[in-house]
Amino acid sequence: MAMTDVPETSKQDKRRSIGEPGALRRLGSNLLDTPSAFRKSLVRHGQPTSDRAKSQTVFTNFFLHILSTRTHLHSIKAATTLGLGVATMMLFIILCFTGVLLMVYYKPSVDLAYASMLDIMHVVPSGRLMRNIHRWSAHGMVACVMLHMARAFYTAAYKKPREFNWVIGMSLFVLTLALSFTGYLLPWDQLAYWAVTIGANIAQSPKELTDALGVTAVFDIGRFQKELLLGAHYVGQEALIRFYVLHVIILPVAISILIALHFWRIRKDGGLVRPSYADEPMDGSASQHATASNEPGPAVIKTYGLMGLMKGKTPAVDREMRNTITTWPNVLYVIGAAAMLTTLAMIVLGVLYDAPLAEMANPAVPENPAKAPWYFLGLQELVSYSAFMGGVGIPAIVVLGLALMPYLDREKEDAGIWFSGRQGRRVSFMSAIFGAAVVIGMLAFTVRFGWLRNWEATARIPQIVITFFNPGTVFVAIFAVWSVVVVKLTRSTRMGAIALFTCFLVGFAILTYFATVHRGPNWDFFWSHNDWPVH
Amino acid sequence: MTQTKSQLESSERFKPKASRRDFLGIAAAWSAIAAFVMAMLGAFRLPMPSVFPESNSQSKLGKPNRFLEGSATYFPKQNLWLSRSQEGFHAISSVCTHLGCIVERDGEGEFSCPCHGSKFDRAGNVAGGPAPKGLVWVDLSISPEGWLVADTLKETKQGTYLKV
Ligand code: HEM
Ligand code: FES
Repeated sequence: MAMTDVPETSKQDKRRSIGEPGALRRLGSNLLDTPSAFRKSLVRHGQPTSDRAKSQTVFTNFFLHILSTRTHLHSIKAATTLGLGVATMMLFIILCFTGVLLMVYYKPSVDLAYASMLDIMHVVPSGRLMRNIHRWSAHGMVACVMLHMARAFYTAAYKKPREFNWVIGMSLFVLTLALSFTGYLLPWDQLAYWAVTIGANIAQSPKELTDALGVTAVFDIGRFQKELLLGAHYVGQEALIRFYVLHVIILPVAISILIALHFWRIRKDGGLVRPSYADEPMDGSASQHATASNEPGPAVIKTYGLMGLMKGKTPAVDREMRNTITTWPNVLYVIGAAAMLTTLAMIVLGVLYDAPLAEMANPAVPENPAKAPWYFLGLQELVSYSAFMGGVGIPAIVVLGLALMPYLDREKEDAGIWFSGRQGRRVSFMSAIFGAAVVIGMLAFTVRFGWLRNWEATARIPQIVITFFNPGTVFVAIFAVWSVVVVKLTRSTRMGAIALFTCFLVGFAILTYFATVHRGPNWDFFWSHNDWPVH
Repeated sequence: MTQTKSQLESSERFKPKASRRDFLGIAAAWSAIAAFVMAMLGAFRLPMPSVFPESNSQSKLGKPNRFLEGSATYFPKQNLWLSRSQEGFHAISSVCTHLGCIVERDGEGEFSCPCHGSKFDRAGNVAGGPAPKGLVWVDLSISPEGWLVADTLKETKQGTYLKV
């Protein structure tokens, strides 16, 4: 130690002894050196050329250290994630970015909101494009979050140890829908006004149940929810401000926190789910470091970094490294590509298609038909049977059922394999056909023959019967029975879960399609938009 | 005498005595939680309005003699249909009891909702569709100056007519 110090001190002594201008000269050369010195203080390791430096690049960077220094090859295959999680995240970032820009001009007041939308569309420089991108990204985020959930489900990524991350995901799903819904009111046009009036009354719909039970006088949860949401008994200024606060602050902050947790959990759960065969040596090679290059990984200096707490039956020494590549730059390329493709798609959509803006809100005349955004149209169809079951009961059952999925199905096999293999593919296929048949059958029946109230004998039936026995509750019950039968036949809870999830997914798709295309004025059935009565 | 591990663990020697320090720690934690919950309840009392913007829900509809017997008049601001018949005045709210759309009234005096197709008869009873109950009959009264006044937040029993 002393040995190496000697030249150092003597050099400094020499410098100092050069004389008076020394300090000034040093200042000058420091000034010249500043860019490189600054860079060195910013990035505290060499060029990421060696595996070790690449690992350090990820490890020491605040923004990147949520990724592990090495990543399993299986995780960056397109077929593993389809890039959907990254696309969802990117859409959220785009939404925050364009949303803040829109806030510069938007005024959350019933008198000014609509006019400020017109300004943004027609006067504000690039306002129209920003609004279009914001709107399409909102739709895109809802679509991607659903598809991402389906991906996580079908690859059984909700299994131990990822149960809780699935629950976090469910919360993100609900919050994403809430984010979309609160944003829908802000333009204060006819579509917004009536969709939100309907939504707020869905919040009030537990009244249907409490009325039927005769307890509304003491326990009026429906009224409480509506008043809390609207700050009034109708959609007006109070509601607009409340939705605005939720939309620009509360929900984005909540979502950001949960996304951070979600990512942190992925890291702590040992990366993305992968099938057990993915850890076998590749190409039959017996080498333990099949793809790792000869240079030492960070294990040499950061041993503790790799001896993380891994779930599993055996110590994962070496197996850890097998079939992995450095995160920098490989994984960053993949993430970057998915993010850029998403952004590109949104910009193209924004340039080509304008976000809709109907006439200004008119509380006296409902839009006919007053259709919710597409992802709520399935619910709107259910709501047209019973407000409470369609708007609160069935969604609550679905969300709760999904959140409990990892705790009800704990079979360990086949995580990371799409549809859990052959049998799962068959169950999915059969369930898709079964689910489609049931939903289409119920819809056809309801359109053709109506329901209890339309029939002579049952026209005066009490509301409570219709609440619990309507086309919506009937097919939810049929789906439940079907999945129990599948559990019995296959002796596998995973197969039952696949059956149930597939039925709901197909049901959701068909209801959405049906309400979009075949429902017209007065929520009557039409074969196509061209048959709508003109008025 | 040898003891098994489980016997050892359940023996008195291994039971930690509840110490005063534990008690104080637990009590402190719980009181902190209780204080936090109470503070949050107080804070979240804020969004629950005690006065509603429309708390003055009474509005004058006009002098009674303006309306002919057998007539039905729509008041878009109050969302109600005012009818005068032999029995007297009655006002039916046009807000659908299903999810709050505004119902339309046809020539027969029957109501239908554009949103999910609920139907109501002349008296507001459900005649079809998803509405859980009939249209609301709005409370009517005569002010001291002789105006017909409707209170849109006050419901009255179906079949209550205001005689003038
Ligand atoms: C704002 C919404 C969300 C964002 C931004 C998001 C983002 C991500 C990202 C980037 C990944 C890494 C893998 C991939 O790209 O697919 C991931 C994984 C995962 N997500 Fe999400 N996600 C969201 C919502 C959800 C939802 C709704 C669920 C399910 C209910 C969910 C469950 C999961 C699970 C279980 C994993 C681990 C997958 C695996 O190990 O293969 N996430 N998420
Ligand atoms: S709001 Fe009238 S039928 Fe739904």
